[in-house]
Amino acid sequence: MAIISVQNLVKQFKTLNAVNGISFSVDEGEVFGFLGPNGAGKTTTINILCTLLSPTSGKAEIAGFDCAGSPDRVRSSIGLIFQDTTLDAGLTAYENLKFHAYLYNLDSKLAEKRIDEMLAVVALQGRKHDLIKNFSGGMKRRLEIARGLLHYPRVLFLDEPTIGLDPQTRNTIWGFINALREKENITIFMTTHYMEEAENCDRIAIIDNGSIIALDTPARLKQMVHGEIIHLVTADNDRAIQEIEKLFNITAREENGGLSLETEKGEEFIPKLIHSLPLQTLSVSLKKPTLNDVFLKLTGRTIRDDVLSDSKEVTREFVRSHRRAQR
Amino acid sequence: MIQVRPIYVICLREFKKFFREKSRLFGTLARPVLWLFVVGNGMSSLIRPHIGFSYLQFIFPGMIGMTILFSSIFSSISIVWDREFGFMKEMLVAPISRLSIVVGKAISGTLISVAQAIIILLLTPFLGLHLTLMQFLEVVAMSTLVSFCITSMGILIAARLTSFDGFNIIMNFLVMPMLFLSGAMYPVTSMPSALHLLTLINPLTYGIDALKHVLLRNGTPPLGQEFPLSLDLFVVSSLSVIMLALAALSFSKKE
Repeated sequence: MAIISVQNLVKQFKTLNAVNGISFSVDEGEVFGFLGPNGAGKTTTINILCTLLSPTSGKAEIAGFDCAGSPDRVRSSIGLIFQDTTLDAGLTAYENLKFHAYLYNLDSKLAEKRIDEMLAVVALQGRKHDLIKNFSGGMKRRLEIARGLLHYPRVLFLDEPTIGLDPQTRNTIWGFINALREKENITIFMTTHYMEEAENCDRIAIIDNGSIIALDTPARLKQMVHGEIIHLVTADNDRAIQEIEKLFNITAREENGGLSLETEKGEEFIPKLIHSLPLQTLSVSLKKPTLNDVFLKLTGRTIRDDVLSDSKEVTREFVRSHRRAQR
Repeated sequence: MIQVRPIYVICLREFKKFFREKSRLFGTLARPVLWLFVVGNGMSSLIRPHIGFSYLQFIFPGMIGMTILFSSIFSSISIVWDREFGFMKEMLVAPISRLSIVVGKAISGTLISVAQAIIILLLTPFLGLHLTLMQFLEVVAMSTLVSFCITSMGILIAARLTSFDGFNIIMNFLVMPMLFLSGAMYPVTSMPSALHLLTLINPLTYGIDALKHVLLRNGTPPLGQEFPLSLDLFVVSSLSVIMLALAALSFSKKE
C-alpha cells in the first residue's frame, strides 16, 4: 500500500519552477531516497509533503490525507528531521522532547515513558538534563531523530540527515536508522546528495532541475551504466589488447599506462582473464559503477559539482553560531 | 482552534528561557531603575510641579509603561530568533493551529512583562511612593492589558519580519518613538500639533494614561491623565484583539 503518493506536483516560485510536475509513490516500510544536487527541488518537495508549502498544482497525499487539504492529519502522521537543526539550544534534551510531546498531544505519563525510550534508542540517556548548547553536531542530530520519532510517526522525513557531520558520526546515525527499520514498520523518506548515503535506500529517485530523471533500486540504477571497468597493467600492453580481442572478443583501450575494459561481472572475469593471458600481468583493479556514474550518465555532470554551495552552507552555519554567541 | 496544551508548553518554554537568561531580566529592569533613581531624582530637584506630586511620581506610570514596552517587544521578537534558528519549524509542522502558537507567544510575553512591572512596583517604597493594595492590584490589572496589547503588536511585526536586520529598524523607528511620544517622561499635550497627533495613534499613550488614572489620582492635564479611563481601556483592549487576529492571520499564510 502506498503511504506517500504524489501526482504531477508543481511548485512555482515567481519565475522559478522548483518542482516541475513530479509523480511517485512510496510503499509502507520502504526507505525512499531523493538524490540530487543542491537546488534540485528536494527540500521544496519535502516542504510540500510536510505541509509547510502549498503546491502550485498537483496532489500530494500522506497516509491517505491530502497535504494541502487536511494538514493537521498529515502532521500527526509524520516526523521530520530538517537540514538545519531545529532544537532549542537554550533548553535541555529532556525539555526539547517534552515540548514536542505536548505539541503532539501525548499524555504526560506516556510522554515520560517515550522520552526515556527514545533517548535510549539514540544512546543519549546520560545527557537527558544537559543543555543542547553543549551538544556536538552528531549528538544534536541523534536527539532530533529521537524527537522526530517520539510521537510514533508513520513516515519519517530526513532532509539531508547527515549533512555537515564527519564520516564516523554519519555511520553512527545510519546505524540508528537501520536498527529502527528492523524494529518498527516505519517508512523513511530522505533526501541526500551523498552517494554512499543513497545506497542505504530501497529505491531512489534521481532528481535534477525539479524533475525526476530516474527512479529505481540502487542496484538497477547502476546497471544503467553498462558493466564494470577492469583496469590492468601488463608487461606489454599493446600485445595484451590484441590477445584480449582474440580471446574474449572485447575491445580494450589504452589508459593511464595500462588498459581498460568493460565487463559485466568483474569479480568472475578477472581470474579468467589473468589465467588466459599469455603474458605477465603487473596489476589489476576493478571499478564498480556508482550512483555518481549514473547521475553523470543521465545529466552529463557529476553530483558533486556543488562544492561551492557546501562551503556556503558552512559560512552560514558560522554566521549563525557567531550571532548566537553574541546574544 | 485554541489548544490548551500547546499554549501551556509554549509559555513554559518562554518562562524557562527567561529565568535562565539572567542578563535579559537585568537588562530590561536596569533601564527603568536608572530612570527612576538617577534621572527621576535629579530632575525632581529642578522641576517642582505645583500640582501636588513630584517629577518622580509623575514619571512612575511612564516607567512602568516603558518596562512593559521593552519587555513585550523583546518577548515577541523571540519569534524572529525562533525562525532564524529553526525552532519555529518544529512548531509549524506540529499538529497545532497557528492561532495557538500566536496566543501562546502572546500570553507568555504578557506574563513576563507583568512580572517585570511588578518588580518595578515593589521598588515604590524606596522611591518614597506609597501605594494602597487596591492601587497595586489595579496597576497589575492594567499592566496585564497593556502588556498584552504591546506583545500582540510585537508579534504582528515579528510575523512579517524576516531577518534580524529588521530588528534595529524596529527599535529605532518604532519602539523609541513610541516611548518618546507616549507621555512617559514629559507631558505631550503641549507638544506641537503634528507630534501630538502622533501621540494619539500610539497605543502606549493610552496604556500609560490608564496607569496615571490609578497612580496620579489627583492629577490633571498636562501632567495628569488626558483621556477618560474608559476610553483608555477601550482603545488598548480593542487594539490587542485586532493585532492578535492580524498576527494569527499572517502566520497562517504560506507560500
